[in-house]
This record gives sequence, structure tokens and C-alpha cells, in this order.
Amino acid sequence: MTWSSAAILRLVAVGLVGGILQLTTVSQIAIFGVPADLTPLLVVSVGLLCGSIPGACFGFGLGLFMDTLLAQTLGLSSLVLLTAGYLAGRLRELRDPAHGLVPVAVGAAGTAIAVIGFTVLQFLLGVDAPVSLLLVRQILLVIVLNTLLAMPVYLVCRRVLAPFLPDDPRRRRRRAYTTGGLSPLSRA
Amino acid sequence: MYDKQVRRRRAILAALVLCCFVLLTAYFGESSGGPLKSIQTGAMEVVAPVQEGANRALKPVRDLFGWFGDTIDAKGERDKLESERDQLRQQVARLQVAENENKELRGLVAYGAGAGIQDYSPVTARVYSRSNSSWYSTIEINKGSSDGVAVNQPVINDKGLVGKVKTVSDGNAVVMLLSDTEFGVSGLATKADQPGSVLPVAGSPGDLLFDLVPDAKEVRKGDSIVTAGTVSDRLPSPFPQGLLIGTVRKVNGIGELDRTIHITPAADLRNLDFVQVLTRPNADLRASTTATP
Repeated sequence: MTWSSAAILRLVAVGLVGGILQLTTVSQIAIFGVPADLTPLLVVSVGLLCGSIPGACFGFGLGLFMDTLLAQTLGLSSLVLLTAGYLAGRLRELRDPAHGLVPVAVGAAGTAIAVIGFTVLQFLLGVDAPVSLLLVRQILLVIVLNTLLAMPVYLVCRRVLAPFLPDDPRRRRRRAYTTGGLSPLSRA
Repeated sequence: MYDKQVRRRRAILAALVLCCFVLLTAYFGESSGGPLKSIQTGAMEVVAPVQEGANRALKPVRDLFGWFGDTIDAKGERDKLESERDQLRQQVARLQVAENENKELRGLVAYGAGAGIQDYSPVTARVYSRSNSSWYSTIEINKGSSDGVAVNQPVINDKGLVGKVKTVSDGNAVVMLLSDTEFGVSGLATKADQPGSVLPVAGSPGDLLFDLVPDAKEVRKGDSIVTAGTVSDRLPSPFPQGLLIGTVRKVNGIGELDRTIHITPAADLRNLDFVQVLTRPNADLRASTTATP
């Protein structure tokens, strides 16, 4: 990723718009009885597109933003989201997976890390109320819903951050061919 | 060069994780008026107008999704409501007789003007955002301390109790819902006349527990649970007496020790557009205290 103030501004805008959209709309639409959670999807998308450190920083910032607005314990969401963002970024740096469905799988894994991590931290910090087994069902449903939303969220993030991302060689080759360039076969 | 990059990456990651732990520790350690909580309240104050605007602008999107869900559920709802209507017709006839008797009895015991909701100086507020976590069930409303809203004041809607005010700033407030894991209120089963504690069930927002009931076997399915209000002057309750919390959905277990009473909240906590904050929740208590010589 090309680091510039414009790139950072875009990342901040993605976080702010995503966070407010989550609070005002997505969290109020229940499908199968649970609302989706855009925040881990945004974080893993940024991690996959920009790398581990931008992913971790973005996760930390978005978590802090959500904790602040919801009057939750500060630092909880930051910790789980920065983990999800960092791991998504490391996957890109170490393996650079090329399959088209990678964002879906990473979105599901990132959501699982965020939701289960949040639950574990809550248990560690102490829970006063009795806990229902339905919590497991809720966690699974959030992961399923987020899996369905992972690809659109990733595509939106990629579109917003595209000017600051290194050009994908596969895309560049395809563009050259379709706009009148020589086919790779003709060189042979 | 590569080593430098790795060291830099690890240093940033370690710094971020350390920041999280420092925030967690500081947040737990400080009092309710501490600096972090003040910053949190200030930030909420700043972002609140944006959230409120976005909430209004995106309402059609929510309504569209709601319409799909409503259509799917409509058929089942209709059958259920038809049977409920028949039952309610019979109930209305019985209640009309009971109402006449009640009027006479009220006159006999010189029961003063009933403590209606208006006595508690309700402030109507719009809900503009809500949390989506299983652990924190909160909503944000557009009324704050400048409108007389204060921490721990009860929040209701037209169906019953919704929660209580958690934090408040000048122009907005965070309301802790009945389903929040930190919530608790003393309740009373009206038919069985049994007091108890109403507690949330983490992970099951449509379910509450009615616990610590002295004679739990008296409580039956369909009983209404209302707030018990202040029972002792030494431990005043922030909730006035008689606010509907919900109805008993099922009673599990047959023994005294393993009996669990599940309540369905009267208010639909997933669909809250407007709520009322009772800014003088102890109005009835003050009135009775001044009346006593």
C-alpha cells in the first residue's frame, strides 16, 4: 500500500462510515434473530488489502471507536479486532492467496476470532448474569451472516482503497489484453 | 533490511496490544466520573448528531428489511392473533364487570389519584443507535441531562419497562436494556403475589429469568411480572412500582431448587423507535412520605 495522508484519510473514512452504518442500521436488522457485524469484515478486508500493520492499526482504531460510542469497556473490541486485522494481513504477506473466495473464508475466520475472542474476554473479566447456551447459536449465526456479507464488504473496501493499492499483476495483464494490447499467446 | 521490517512490525503490534491492556486496566480501575469515561461521554456527544442524522436517513433501508421479515411472519402472526382476539373478547367482558367493582372499591378505601406515568415526569426520546453485542444491550437516545435525564432513571415504552439510563451527557444518553448482562430489577408476580429478581440471560435477548422467588411454585405461565418498587426506605429502588416487565413464558423444573421461571419482556427490545425516561421515578414515594405525618 502507498502510504499518504489521502490513504490514511480514506481508511479513517471507511472506519467512520462503517462504524456508524453498523450502529444505526445493520445492528437493527435482525436476520434469523441476530444482526450482522460489519466491523470484523471491514478489519479483515483492510488487512487482506493493505497488510498486517495497517490491518492491526485499523482494527485497533475501529474497536476503540465502537467501544467509545457504545459505552463499553475500552480496549476490548480493539484487542480482538486488531488480532483479526493482523492475522488477515499476515495471511496476505506470507501466502498471498489468489483464489477468488479467499475474502469469504477470511471474513468468516475473522468474524469467528472477533466474536469468540470477545466472548472469552468477557468471561475472563467476569459475567454477573447467567449465560444461556443460545449464545453458541447466536455466535454461529453471526458467523454465517458475516460469511454471506464478506464478499460485498471486501469489494467495497477494495474499490475505496484501490488508488493506494499496488496494481495486481493479474488485473494488469487482463486489462492490457482487453484494451487492444498483445495477447500473451501472440508473443510465443 | 528484512530484519528491520520484522522488528518494526513486531514493535507496532506489541505497542497496540499494550495500549489495549492499558485501556482495559485503566477503565476497570477508575470510578464512574474518571477521565476515560469522561472522554467516552465527550466523544459520544460529538458523534451523536451524525449518528442521529444517519439513523433518520437510513430508516427506509431498515424498514425495507423489516417489511420482508414482517411479510414472512405475517401469516403465523395472524392465526395467533385471531385466537388471542377471541380470548381477549371474553376477558374484556369479565374485566368490564371487574372494572365497575374496582371503581366502587377505590371509592371505599379512598384510594387517591392513581400513580399514572405522568406523575413521573416522562421525557420522550428518539432511539438513534443500538449495540449489537450479546453482552452489552444498549441503545442511545437523543435526550440528556439538559432535559432532566439522569443515570439510573427507568426507561419505558408503550408496552412496558425497557431498561434504565446507563450514562448521560448534555444532549444524549445510553440506556441499558433489560437484556444487558449487567441489568437487574426486583419484580413482583401479580397473580401469585410473589416477589423476585428479574435477570437477563446472556445470549438470549428475548428471555429473562425470574429468580430468587420465595414460593416459586405459585407462579404460573402467563402471569404478569411488574416492578416491585421500593420495598424498604433503606434500599430505594430506581424503578416505581407497577411497571410491566413481561409475562411468564414457561416454568422449568419441578423441584424448589431447580425451578426456573422464564419471562418474555413486554417491550420488543429489538424494535425501539421512541422511549420515555421517567425523570421523577420516586414521585409516588415522595408523595406518600409527605402524606405520612
